[in-house]
Amino acid sequence: MHPALQGLLTIAIGVGACIGYFYFSNIILDKVIFPARGQNAGRNINRANLVRPWLFLLPGLLALGLYLAYPVVETLRLSLTDRDLGGAYVGLENYRKMSGDPKFWEAMRNNAFWLLVVPAMSTAFGLLVAQLTDRIRWGSIAKSLIFMPMAISFVGAAVIWKLVYDARPLGTEQIGILNAIYLALGGDQPMNWLTIPFWNNFFLMVVLIWIQTGFAMVILSAALRGVPEETIEAAIVDGANPFQIFFRIKVPQIMGTIVVVWTTITIVVLKVFDIVFAMTNGQWETQVLANYMYDQLFRARDWGVGSAAAMVIMLLVTPILVWNVYNARKEMK
Amino acid sequence: MDNIAGKKPALIWATHISVVVLVILWLFPTVGLFVSSFRTADQISSSGWWKAMFPQEQNTMIRTASPETQQQIDGNYVIEGNLFEEAGETRGEISAWGISSRDIAAYAPGDTADMGEDGQLSVAVNGDYRFVNTTEFSGRRGERVFLTAVTPPSFTLDNYRTVLVDGQATDKMGKAFINTLTVTIPATVIPILIAAFAAYALAWMDFRGRAFLIAVIVGLLVVPLQLALIPLLSFHGAVVEWFIALVGTPMEGNARRFAEVGALGRLFGFAPGDTINSKGYLGVWAAHTGFGLPLAIYLLRNYMVGLPKDIIENARVDGATDFQIFTKIILPLSFPALASFAIFQFLWTWNDLLVALVFLIDSSGETTVMTRQIVELLGTRGGNWEILATAAFVSIAVPLTVFFFMQKYLVRGLLAGSVK
Repeated sequence: MHPALQGLLTIAIGVGACIGYFYFSNIILDKVIFPARGQNAGRNINRANLVRPWLFLLPGLLALGLYLAYPVVETLRLSLTDRDLGGAYVGLENYRKMSGDPKFWEAMRNNAFWLLVVPAMSTAFGLLVAQLTDRIRWGSIAKSLIFMPMAISFVGAAVIWKLVYDARPLGTEQIGILNAIYLALGGDQPMNWLTIPFWNNFFLMVVLIWIQTGFAMVILSAALRGVPEETIEAAIVDGANPFQIFFRIKVPQIMGTIVVVWTTITIVVLKVFDIVFAMTNGQWETQVLANYMYDQLFRARDWGVGSAAAMVIMLLVTPILVWNVYNARKEMK
Repeated sequence: MDNIAGKKPALIWATHISVVVLVILWLFPTVGLFVSSFRTADQISSSGWWKAMFPQEQNTMIRTASPETQQQIDGNYVIEGNLFEEAGETRGEISAWGISSRDIAAYAPGDTADMGEDGQLSVAVNGDYRFVNTTEFSGRRGERVFLTAVTPPSFTLDNYRTVLVDGQATDKMGKAFINTLTVTIPATVIPILIAAFAAYALAWMDFRGRAFLIAVIVGLLVVPLQLALIPLLSFHGAVVEWFIALVGTPMEGNARRFAEVGALGRLFGFAPGDTINSKGYLGVWAAHTGFGLPLAIYLLRNYMVGLPKDIIENARVDGATDFQIFTKIILPLSFPALASFAIFQFLWTWNDLLVALVFLIDSSGETTVMTRQIVELLGTRGGNWEILATAAFVSIAVPLTVFFFMQKYLVRGLLAGSVK
């Protein structure tokens, strides 16, 4: 059977099963287990209503538990065991092994730079575009063009930027725009941008900034629209110039949103894998944690160290997780 | 208000110009890829894509027609034709030409080159040439002519033909395209359904532990899926083993049929050649469903909570069950939120590489997806930009189309989905 047909069949089966489950479980609950008739009709209705939410939640909770909650615990367990020893408990041995690996520290160092640069630059550019396009007539077109890279896969973006960074030997025509500009501005020879240790990290970061700016822009643009007009009018009456209005009136009022954007991009950065995998695969000192983890798991086949690396990513995400949960709970009260 | 709110003319101009600059900066890389996918390998390597829109001066070597085509006119032997046509190139304008590689611009168009006993060759601006000699031309090949010509921009669809239809197996994107689609659609539809019910329960049903569950889902929103790779791969392996224990190994008749059908076997992780692995479409669908659920539930719940309370309470009073309220009222009203999430999940699964690498693509490569195919091409055909650019653009085109048509929903989803 053709995979596409199979896909259609799966949709039919999956959707049918879901609807069937919800429909029949409700009927069984109302008609068989707690029928709303006879002596206990009232009590039965109440009981059925106590159970029903869990019927609705069950498939979702099962999937979440199995595919997200259980792996966190299991990865923690794997990081404390050794696969070659038949899964024996080895304590912190994997972490010790990892901390002795220079590639791990290279990944940590690079990730630190990614975390500093990408959220900052994306948010800054996003804010800049959001503010600049706010009052001009073709602003929405400009925004949608800058937003566009959001739809492009990291792999597609990697190809796009590899063409930008392409280098041809001196004397032949340059086909990478960066080298063409570099030579036109008086560079003496074309550069292989992705193989210059340390700086190549920044050339990779550009790709993610290019993608994430659109996201930051959309959220911040909505936040800027929400700034009460009176505060701005008051500032104008008091003689504030446009820059003062922006930095002293608008930015402080949307600080909460800026933090949200910043943290969301931070999480994306921690998980960044495809860009490095496709463009340099961690060579020339561009390793990052997610790619290091992939290398350990599927190339070195060392589940212990791989899981330990995954736990490091989880650990870095945890503060944001706690903060998000704290805010969500505060908002619901 | 507007006339004083930072609306000085100089500032307006500065704003317009900076926005133009930013837009160009953001568009340039993508346009580069787009333009390159319509150029031949020669064009790509001989000039930057940004020059493709303009007529270009190129140096080429073209041979005249072979002596076999010579005709006898008025006692002279003549070979005639058009140089661009001989080479099958688009017609350009010749600015200079020559007959020796040492001096390729020796003659101006219209000049006649006297080659002694080899004859006289004249070339016109449009490439028409006339090669005359008093004795018969000999040899098999035509005379070499070096041209400096300005050719108009030209584009081709050949790359797309190569990539989609008749390229080598490794370059082909057609199959990967279908595979990607096969991954994407169930992985988008199924989580929506599961999440919609859960979201309704969390939004409109009262039960103990509701606030706690919402907090858990907010927490799961940021759990990196990297953590799930090994545990789930083991889990899928266990499921496959259990399945084999149930129906017998693929070698023993019954399940063998699954394996032979190939595609259906792949659903469960049986490769056609009797090898068993835990990778298959079912696994990747399940994984995408699991990873997409937190956002789906969160988005849909936030939206459903905002629906008018009266409608739901009226329906309750009229005796509607929760199931009816959900299917008849909530689901239709939640369409914008459903659309938002559908777009998210579609873009995410279409563009995904990691989940497919881990849960789907086995050593047979039969189930490869486009992102994987492109990474492969980057490795094997790093310099063949015509293939790479086209392959990448084929994979980008679908999400871009979705993006431009459904942008409204995407923006709405982003605004609702970022944790406040």
